[in-house]
Amino acid sequence: MSDLHFKTITELAAMLAAGDITSVAITQSVINRTAAVDAQVKAFLSSDPEDALSQAKASDERRVAGKSLGPLDGIPIGIKDTLAVKDQPLRCASKMLENYVSPFDATCITKLREAGVVIWGRLNMDEFAMGSSTENSAYQTTCNPWNLETIPGGSSGGSAAAMAAGEAIATLGTDTGGSIRQPAALCGVVGMKPTYGLISRYGLVAFASSLDQVGPFARTVEDAALLMEAMLSKDPLDSTSIAPQGETNYAAALKEKKGPWKLGIPHEFFGEGINPEVKTNIEKAIDWYKGQGCEIVDISLPHSELAVPVYYIVATAEASSNLARFDGVRYGHRSDEAKDAMTLFTKSRGEGFGDEVKRRIILGTYVLSSGYYDAYYLRAQKVRRRILGDFEKAFEQVDAILTPTSPTPAFKRGERADDPLAMYLSDVYTISVNLAGLPAISIPSGFTESGLPIGLQVIGKAFGEADMFAIANAFEQSHGYYKMMPAL
Amino acid sequence: MPYEAVIGLEIHVQIKTRTKMFTAAPYQYGAAPNTLTDAVVLGLPGTLPVLNYAAIEKCAKLGLMLGCEIAEVCKWDRKNYFYPDSPKNYQLTQNEEPLCIGGKVEIELPGPSRNVEGDHRWVTLNRIHLEEDPGKLTHEAFETVIDFNRAGIPLAEIVTEPDMNSSTEAVAFLNCLRNMIVYAGISDCDMEKGQLRCDANVSLRPVGTDKLGTRTEMKNLNSISNVKAAIEYEIERQTEVLKGGGSITQETRRWDVESSSSFSLRSKEEAHDYRYFPDPDLMPVQMDRSRIKELEAELPEPPLDKQRRYQESFKLPFTLTSVLCVNRELCEFFEEALQTHQAPKQIANYITNDLLRELSAASESGDCALGVGQCKLTPSHIATLVKIIDEGVISKQIGKEVFTEMFVTGEMPDAIVEKKGLKQSNDIGEIEALCREAIAGNTKAVGQYKEGNIKALNALKGPVMKATKGQANPAMLDGLLKKLIDEG
Repeated sequence: MSDLHFKTITELAAMLAAGDITSVAITQSVINRTAAVDAQVKAFLSSDPEDALSQAKASDERRVAGKSLGPLDGIPIGIKDTLAVKDQPLRCASKMLENYVSPFDATCITKLREAGVVIWGRLNMDEFAMGSSTENSAYQTTCNPWNLETIPGGSSGGSAAAMAAGEAIATLGTDTGGSIRQPAALCGVVGMKPTYGLISRYGLVAFASSLDQVGPFARTVEDAALLMEAMLSKDPLDSTSIAPQGETNYAAALKEKKGPWKLGIPHEFFGEGINPEVKTNIEKAIDWYKGQGCEIVDISLPHSELAVPVYYIVATAEASSNLARFDGVRYGHRSDEAKDAMTLFTKSRGEGFGDEVKRRIILGTYVLSSGYYDAYYLRAQKVRRRILGDFEKAFEQVDAILTPTSPTPAFKRGERADDPLAMYLSDVYTISVNLAGLPAISIPSGFTESGLPIGLQVIGKAFGEADMFAIANAFEQSHGYYKMMPAL
Repeated sequence: MPYEAVIGLEIHVQIKTRTKMFTAAPYQYGAAPNTLTDAVVLGLPGTLPVLNYAAIEKCAKLGLMLGCEIAEVCKWDRKNYFYPDSPKNYQLTQNEEPLCIGGKVEIELPGPSRNVEGDHRWVTLNRIHLEEDPGKLTHEAFETVIDFNRAGIPLAEIVTEPDMNSSTEAVAFLNCLRNMIVYAGISDCDMEKGQLRCDANVSLRPVGTDKLGTRTEMKNLNSISNVKAAIEYEIERQTEVLKGGGSITQETRRWDVESSSSFSLRSKEEAHDYRYFPDPDLMPVQMDRSRIKELEAELPEPPLDKQRRYQESFKLPFTLTSVLCVNRELCEFFEEALQTHQAPKQIANYITNDLLRELSAASESGDCALGVGQCKLTPSHIATLVKIIDEGVISKQIGKEVFTEMFVTGEMPDAIVEKKGLKQSNDIGEIEALCREAIAGNTKAVGQYKEGNIKALNALKGPVMKATKGQANPAMLDGLLKKLIDEG
């Protein structure tokens, strides 16, 4: 059976249930596709086809025995290199963890295993999830399957590129400031960041604890909804995890909920810095919703212009502390030149971390320093609350907010590598969502003239995933961009 | 110009909980190195802390016992510093908002002699907060090794105000504090096992002035005698400096037990910038007021209150209360014995003299120090013994013999008396006959007695006691001898 690797989870689940195919066949298709294209795409840091096939075989045996675990049973899913999978490398695309193997599964992985998922490979990323192009990986630069000269976005660039190239049926990423949604937009796939606390962070290597969330990449909104349902849990291992609330049968609900919805358009997101093709594309999408009877409301998120500076204070402050544990004492890279405790720390960290990680650790250390704490960290937290306040006010009027996901389509490799500020602005539309802890999804909304994907972001209310999925699904099903595949 | 010392103490107490503060790893002293760890204790990538509520409750209990105000909300901060014993290179602690605020501890100073009660006064506390213990470094000849067993144990840091003026007060404070904590079952406070550790802040000021002088902080005081020696050394050192016209440098000093002196570790300028900030992995805990009331009700009577009560209600002298009241187990034993026989002083005497002597002798021959709970005697043994002495069944002298016997066998004293036929003899005819024999056989002693030497009577009592195996009623014997000599 050809091209199983480009099918959706719901299609494959139906075929599996009908006995037309096996999980081994799907997994083999994905393995073959990866073998064929990953030399160009470079999405995977490592993979273990034998292990994947044995998981697939177990899935098939369950199904034959009438003990299928549901629609995800037997579906191969790629994992970002920042999520712990037992006995697999956990390197965070960093030299610092070059030989590190995790002794435990992240809770989201445990949940997916309980749903029968085939855990497949380690996906490239910006080192420790710091970056917007996946160029900060210590191992390789992933290419955007739609144009190999361009970047796939980041930090979950490997997860997005693997999806677009058909190297997995779905993937997991993490999103701290846009790290799922921005690469999803740039690679023309669905990428979703849940409400903060909805998915356990246990086993996610922390970058910025108050912002990090695990989320799915998928071909369709419905597939993303299925993955979300499987990962929901109030995890006793994560104090910040929250019991699911409201409608959580996302996949069933997105077909029932038909709108019309009240949709907010924040004018601040369509001003300076937006690429004209992106702007036109998103305006067209908004017009489509209007045509469906949705009420389009002009809203204001006045503090959103402060989101990027606030983010780079809060996220780097937390990162400077979270990454302190990588010191060469208990695990990870240890410098050969260490002579005492202090050089063990400084040399190991100096050799193990890349430039962007060092830049953020230094920035975070600075903003927490005595004498600067009040002016930076404390003030940033105050602004953060105002950013949340803007959203709360907007959501008094609307069901969801529509924005572009990224101000530009994929840019050329190296184009922003030496300009951190320009790179940071790649996330200008996604960051405020993390600061407010809200759910958001990026769905394909068309292409530029040169054939690069564009993404539409739907921002939901806290725990408003069900509505958010339904709104995104309506556009997706009417436009069908997800059926377009890059020529590789 | 005469100087006055001002001393403040910072005491770290390991709180006795079954598991560590932020994970389910167990703790017990003396386990093989690095066997009481898990992924969280070692700070492996992807791990998160989860609060052990028992640690908060025990710390709140400690605060309630020491008269602190208990905070409405319990929050966590990260204290960032690099040191190999710290698995995350930050310590979870409470900087901004400690769990227990204020408080005071009643102390008893040594009296002019061991038998005389000294003055009491109160030492004011600043705060008590909770934090996690780091691991333990051991410096060997050519390497330093780390044991993470201790890492993550809940630690209460008790901070006093600069409210003491001598090493004697500091030692009295530590002793009284330790008694209270052990009493309440919050910690065993064994300094040798590191369960109680002390840092001392010392400064001098001219007598009669209020303004505090520059202080130094003394670290590594791991026994009460070290605390005393280090404070005295530091007072003397600072006095010398000031008298020589110098000034004190604010610094951290380390006490060296070998040389009985201290040396500078780091000056104020070299002090760490800990870059405290609120921990984003742990949620604040709302302290339940009704639960706090329950904890308060569970508190034991403080040792010094008990001592006052024993002195007032039972008319026990300080020589007895000072031994009894430092040990909760002894007090419970004592009070239970009173249920059987209301003779507080005699029972207390048996407990503090005979029982403790036998226990200590048994401990010397055995492997470990024996507690009251581990010996064969129950409160009813001692109460019964005192009771049969009071009832004239046996003499005090025989009582000592019975005690030794029952300590070894655990038999009840009346059974021993019965079995061995130790009942006091009140057979006036038999005793009188023996007395006549004694008088006839020792005319010298009779003569001495007649000349006014009352002690000479003892030489006559000896043979009678010998003949009756010590069972002759001593009062009856005494009366009969006198009567017969006077008549004779």
